[in-house]
Amino acid sequence: MSLLDYFRSSRSKGTASVAKERLQILVAHDRSERHRPSYLPKLQREILDVIRKYVEVDMSAVSVNYEQEASREILELNIILPDTARNRA
Amino acid sequence: MARIIVITSGKGGVGKTTTSAALAMGLAQRGHRTAVIDFDVGLRNLDLIMGCERRVVYDFVNVINGEASLNQALIRDKRCDSLYILPASQTRDKEALTKEGVGKVLEELSQGFDFIVCDSPAGIEHGATMAMYYADDAVVVTNPEVSSVRDSDRMLGILSSKSRRAETNAEPIREFLLLSRYDPARVANGEMLSVEDVQEILSLDLLGVIPESRAVLNASNAGVPVILDGESDAGKAYGDAVARYLGEQVPHRFLTVQKKGFFSRLFGG
Ligand SMILES: Nc1ncnc2c1ncn2[C@@H]1O[C@H](COP(=O)(O)OP(=O)(O)OP(=O)(O)O)[C@@H](O)[C@H]1O
Ligand SMILES: [Mg+2]
Repeated sequence: MSLLDYFRSSRSKGTASVAKERLQILVAHDRSERHRPSYLPKLQREILDVIRKYVEVDMSAVSVNYEQEASREILELNIILPDTARNRA
Repeated sequence: MARIIVITSGKGGVGKTTTSAALAMGLAQRGHRTAVIDFDVGLRNLDLIMGCERRVVYDFVNVINGEASLNQALIRDKRCDSLYILPASQTRDKEALTKEGVGKVLEELSQGFDFIVCDSPAGIEHGATMAMYYADDAVVVTNPEVSSVRDSDRMLGILSSKSRRAETNAEPIREFLLLSRYDPARVANGEMLSVEDVQEILSLDLLGVIPESRAVLNASNAGVPVILDGESDAGKAYGDAVARYLGEQVPHRFLTVQKKGFFSRLFGG
């Protein structure tokens, strides 16, 4: 590719397409933050308390994820239990 | 009952006041009784753009505080009988606009007007939220530039959660995009976000595209809303936007580079 070609191709692509890509990511992120229900942290704490009644786990054992898709909202709970073999012992 | 329109953006300096003056004048020229209110407490300049700065006696905050009546504070436009301006106060106290006070003034204005245009200050703080709280319609003024588009999107979030309509579960505010300072030559070069790019990100009804135009500075120098410069590109584009707001189907103009005529090429117009 000659130097001239390089300038031509970079001009036809332009900085506007970079701006658009960056904006799409940024705006999607802003929106997911905005739509996240405000009760999530409290939910996470209370779930953790319940689990701790039965199993010894630490803070990081429960993760709560929220995603919004076109037609549905997904609340994802991930609970990592400690090694079961050791628990039984 | 008046329809309350907020002209908002988040980011500063994108053309809200220019747009407020143009839309208000455009609506009034079509015979609709229109009031335009400057919500930019401490930094009033709508009166300058409208060319009535020397006729300001009382302001918005005086009315809220009961120091003047609405009739005393409203300034009737000299060019158009159906247009009135309510200037902002120069007070430094940003909290002078209370939700109750603003609500009372809008309520009273609603009795006598068809449209109330609210020129919002920049930002997402108190003044901007007061300007949009009671709105029925929102015109989100955006420049084809990353920070402006991002701020517009954040403003949309606020409109849909912190307005009266949102809080009372009423029908949501109608939201329109007004893309301003558009430079078709730079868009063609791939240097500027196109109207399609911005639409794809914000997905709003497109009220209009206002080109980057020398007519805007000329108009503000003279204190004449640019829509009254009917020969200018920006004036025409604002005229189209008013027509669209009122429900007319008008094709978009000034989206591509204007071919210069022989004479303007000759004289560098
Ligand atoms: N279409 C345009 N072409 C060229 N210049 C423009 C255009 N629209 C606005 N301007 C200029 O941009 C500047 C800011 O415009 P304006 O005061 O309307 O913005 P604003 O959003 O009200 O600003 P603020 O956030 O400070 O209230 C002014 O100098 C104005 O002349
Ligand atoms: Mg302004």
